Amino acid sequence: MRKRPIELAGNAQIVADHITVAYSREPVIVDVDLVVEAGDFLGIVGPSGSGKSTLMKALLGTVTPRSGSVTRARGVTVGFVPQVEQIDWNFPVTVAECVAMARATGLRFPWITKAERVEIASVLERLGLHGLGNRHIRELSGGQQQRVFLARALFTGAKVVFLDEPTSGLDVRTRHEVLHLLGDLNDEGVTVVLTTHDLNGIATHLPSLVCLNKVVIGAGAPEDVLVPDVLEATYGSPMQILEHGGMRVVVDAGPDGTVIPFQRRSGAVGGATR
Amino acid sequence: MNWSDLSAPYAFEFFRNGVYVATMAGALCGLVGCYVVLRNMSYIGHGLSHSIFGGYAAAGLIGVNLFLGAGVWGVATALAIGGIVRRRPIGSDAAIGVVTTASFALGIALVQRYGSPGRSADSLLFGNVLGVRASDVWLVAGVSLMAVLFIAFAYRPLLFTTFDDEVANATGVRTTLIDTLLMIVLAATVLATMNVMGVTLIAATLVVPAVVARMLTDSFSKMLAIATVIGAISGFGGMNLSYHHDLPSGSTIVLVGTGFFVLAYLGGGSLRRRAGTVAHAH
Repeated sequence: MRKRPIELAGNAQIVADHITVAYSREPVIVDVDLVVEAGDFLGIVGPSGSGKSTLMKALLGTVTPRSGSVTRARGVTVGFVPQVEQIDWNFPVTVAECVAMARATGLRFPWITKAERVEIASVLERLGLHGLGNRHIRELSGGQQQRVFLARALFTGAKVVFLDEPTSGLDVRTRHEVLHLLGDLNDEGVTVVLTTHDLNGIATHLPSLVCLNKVVIGAGAPEDVLVPDVLEATYGSPMQILEHGGMRVVVDAGPDGTVIPFQRRSGAVGGATR
Repeated sequence: MNWSDLSAPYAFEFFRNGVYVATMAGALCGLVGCYVVLRNMSYIGHGLSHSIFGGYAAAGLIGVNLFLGAGVWGVATALAIGGIVRRRPIGSDAAIGVVTTASFALGIALVQRYGSPGRSADSLLFGNVLGVRASDVWLVAGVSLMAVLFIAFAYRPLLFTTFDDEVANATGVRTTLIDTLLMIVLAATVLATMNVMGVTLIAATLVVPAVVARMLTDSFSKMLAIATVIGAISGFGGMNLSYHHDLPSGSTIVLVGTGFFVLAYLGGGSLRRRAGTVAHAH
């Protein structure tokens, strides 16, 4: 089902209205309501299998809800940055070809035009990829690869950019670079929606979150959502919130709410000594 | 061997027609084969040619134009494969295996039961470049033109869909339409070149130039160009070699392509490293 572009109230760009999505008999997400507004920087968090990617695909329009509807406001264009694990890194495309392919609708020249070369150079520079247009996508670092696909999304003129686990597999420093870059884009007016399972590395830094586990458990600012009750309902195990330097840190907790350090099970053998 | 020896076969119309068709068919298969290889559907050329053999036999049996019948059958088979892959949780290799072998089996059964409807089954199975008629030249030229126009007009959506169909779909590309049109072009390519290469060798002409080109470049546009040129050279060179060394033309065309593969395998890595060094030096 393609989303119907219509006029939406207020700043709403995409509205999911009571959507239930299923690939087989068992639904993956149930009765989800979500409004993406212009300027949002929204994180969808939840455990593996909670339906984060499915909700994103429903918002993008690549998955049809079994019931409910997804509506996109007129004139709202979207871009999508997939998980790096889904990308065929041996596919023969240079960075410039990868970015240019995004302008694929309407009648266009097969080759990259002179004007497009200028635009591509500009978007690559904006994302810190200056001079890498002729490199193969595999030859870049993890953070650069992520930024190439962000450049591809922006090259379409997307007003809303969706990112599926954008920091998966990245080291701490690169993760921060990507997060700051997304923050800058958001400041420039791009609406950003991402999924993540990384509570401390990503979710605590975002201005608004949706906690999902088949259904929406909680939605709002981190201080409202990253609380023990919501997290336990989302992840199925008790969690505690620690404050450290003004930052919220989520840690596992015991049934009584105390923080539990990792311990080996008794009898487990570590190393090769006997 | 001097120039007059080399040019001697061009005195014969059948040879000229054969060279025209083999060169165009090689280029066409090289071009279309890039999409086949990059979609991990290398087996589809083999499967579609077998399937079209079934359509050829069925068309003869029910008394419709053989080319038209085989063409419709090939397109229907290609669309069925594409549809199954999109809607069912099975891989493209399995879908190709099921649909095309069933069609081939039907063709064999019909030929065995009712006899071959037109050209001999052997020439369809193994190719007969030297039996190429003027109409075959025009057919391959027409399909080549259609393929080039399709790829030129749909270059970006085709590339986007081949690289990442889910993101392409999310961005507004009509991926189902693009897939369907590619399957039609692929079926037409196999049908037009089947007389030249034969059912059993057509897969190689689709796959080998594209694989060689992939080994030589990391750029998609360059891959298309290189595969097209290698396909054309394989067709042209293979035809001439087959005449002078009294070899089967289809096999020789494939062996020339395989020679390119061996050269690319042995030297491609160092070529690319050198190209990379030059590029990085700027």
